[in-house]
Amino acid sequence: MAPIQIRGTVLTLRRVDAYHALTLVAPAIATKFRPGQFITVAVGGPETSTLGRRAFAVHDVRPDHGGTVEFVFEARGPGTRWLAALRARDTLDTVGPLGRPFPIPRDPSSCLLLGVGYGSAPLFALAARLRERGCSIDYLLGGESADRVFGALTARRNGRSAAVATTDGSFGARGPVTGLMEQIIREARTDVIYACAPVPVLREVTAIAGRYDIPVQASVDVPMACGTGVCMGCVLPVTGTDGITRIVRSCVDGPVFRGDLVRWDDMGTIPFDALGAPGWNPARSPESRYAG
Amino acid sequence: MPADMRARLGPGVQAELPNLVLAAAGCAGAGRELAQFVDVARVGALISKSIMAEPHTGNPAPRLAETPSGMLNSVGLQGPGVDAFLQRDLPWLLSRGARVVVSIAGQTIREYAGLAARLSDTAGVTAIEVNLSCPNAEDAGQLFALDPQRAGSVIAAVRGSTRYDIPVFAKLSPDVTDIVAVASACVAAGGDGLSLINTLLGMAIDPATMRPVLAGTYGGLSGPAIRPVAVRCVWQVRAAFPDVPIIGGGGVRTGRDALELLLAGASMIAVGTEIIHDPSACSRVLKELEEELASIGADRAVDVVGQAHGRIPRGLAWRA
Repeated sequence: MAPIQIRGTVLTLRRVDAYHALTLVAPAIATKFRPGQFITVAVGGPETSTLGRRAFAVHDVRPDHGGTVEFVFEARGPGTRWLAALRARDTLDTVGPLGRPFPIPRDPSSCLLLGVGYGSAPLFALAARLRERGCSIDYLLGGESADRVFGALTARRNGRSAAVATTDGSFGARGPVTGLMEQIIREARTDVIYACAPVPVLREVTAIAGRYDIPVQASVDVPMACGTGVCMGCVLPVTGTDGITRIVRSCVDGPVFRGDLVRWDDMGTIPFDALGAPGWNPARSPESRYAG
Repeated sequence: MPADMRARLGPGVQAELPNLVLAAAGCAGAGRELAQFVDVARVGALISKSIMAEPHTGNPAPRLAETPSGMLNSVGLQGPGVDAFLQRDLPWLLSRGARVVVSIAGQTIREYAGLAARLSDTAGVTAIEVNLSCPNAEDAGQLFALDPQRAGSVIAAVRGSTRYDIPVFAKLSPDVTDIVAVASACVAAGGDGLSLINTLLGMAIDPATMRPVLAGTYGGLSGPAIRPVAVRCVWQVRAAFPDVPIIGGGGVRTGRDALELLLAGASMIAVGTEIIHDPSACSRVLKELEEELASIGADRAVDVVGQAHGRIPRGLAWRA
């Protein structure tokens, strides 16, 4: 459904451990939202010197006040610090819902929802939708430390299982989330994995899932400036179902991609066999993809 | 009564625009992206992303860096190629009632001319904007826009291959010591109008990684940070060629910014980077410009064009 641009009103802004959660009154966005989609906001006010819009996965939508939208962020740059200083009743130039949502399985399935840091935020709206389809949910959450694992309590409450891994071992197992993945996959007989994590983790998740022949729906976190597809900033190499690699925009073709179609090892490059790459030859491209 | 905002890219009827606020090349996508937020039929004209002869991947990511009041980009002309543009993007825009100025980019003069010929065979091209900020494959990758003679050669070739009733605009780079010399060469080569300015070459380095931020090392700087450069360039070119229509762009964010460029001598305004910040910028800037003109008592936008140069027309009631 087409996104819209509105001035949302800040309802609440609260701290959640190392992160902030901002709830906006934005009925027209809330009613169109599907899990996995994101919004963008303009930061810094009308005379701002920061021109890029900030993109955030939607954590939750609620029907109160006609419809609210909540997103989670970390105050680590000028834009997010400005957001963290907003107060209730301030307004925010907001565009959404944007991007390709998570596809939902037709039949009840065993789903593993994997999130790292505040990347976990969009998983809970997804879980609600999956439960409506009769799916069972296992969570695997991670972060650098206990205060950077988002939503562990919710996961414990509403998941069939919830595992946590932190880099420093302050919460759950010590180490990367991927260290716990295989055990969960085997025990839960996972049918599909939904993952929101930094690119290196998504690459690892896709590799492990591939060994078990489990599809991965990966929400890719690459920096965006417009969120609407005009700036061509958030590109990554993705192979189409026709076998041809294209340089696609995460904001309109994603942010959710089938993990096995993203060329993780070629992120930040133009693969020589991508459509339109220097020397690209349509006649020999798919066959020679792995040559050299 | 709202001011008359009409403008024209050239003498023909099809070159008349309902208003003078255009979406700048590379900032409106293929048009569909923008159409979610503004009625493309009510944008003066959409200037397409620069079209090349073949599909082009552009540069690797990261392609964008935010700088104070600006944006650095090294997208590298990613695009579907002229065939896909003519089959898919142009018909869609025309079906929505948009006027389309097609920006073309080439690596050789022949390529520019070939693109112009293809577009001339197509109905619905309102004008051609020649993106001269492309590396010349026959001149060690030097940009055409940096040399008056080479820029003129491209414009002459494009004009020679373009149907008589399609105006050809040369898009100029501000990264030259004498922009009037380049403008002069383009006008002498038969260019019908000038579009200025393209981005300024810039660079950002990340102190954390100690490496350039952009994968392409350098990028084009755009946004309000470059607006004073745009005003200066438009002013200089207008002073030299008062009768050549100018599409003025560079960091336009508000109606007031647009008015400044009109006063400097632009007869049309291109809104670019602000579309990234505000997807409905084109319609907002038009509305704000109408209000600005009403507040100074101007009945027609064309009446203020070039007014900073000193001539004051009869009947224009300036605010006391």
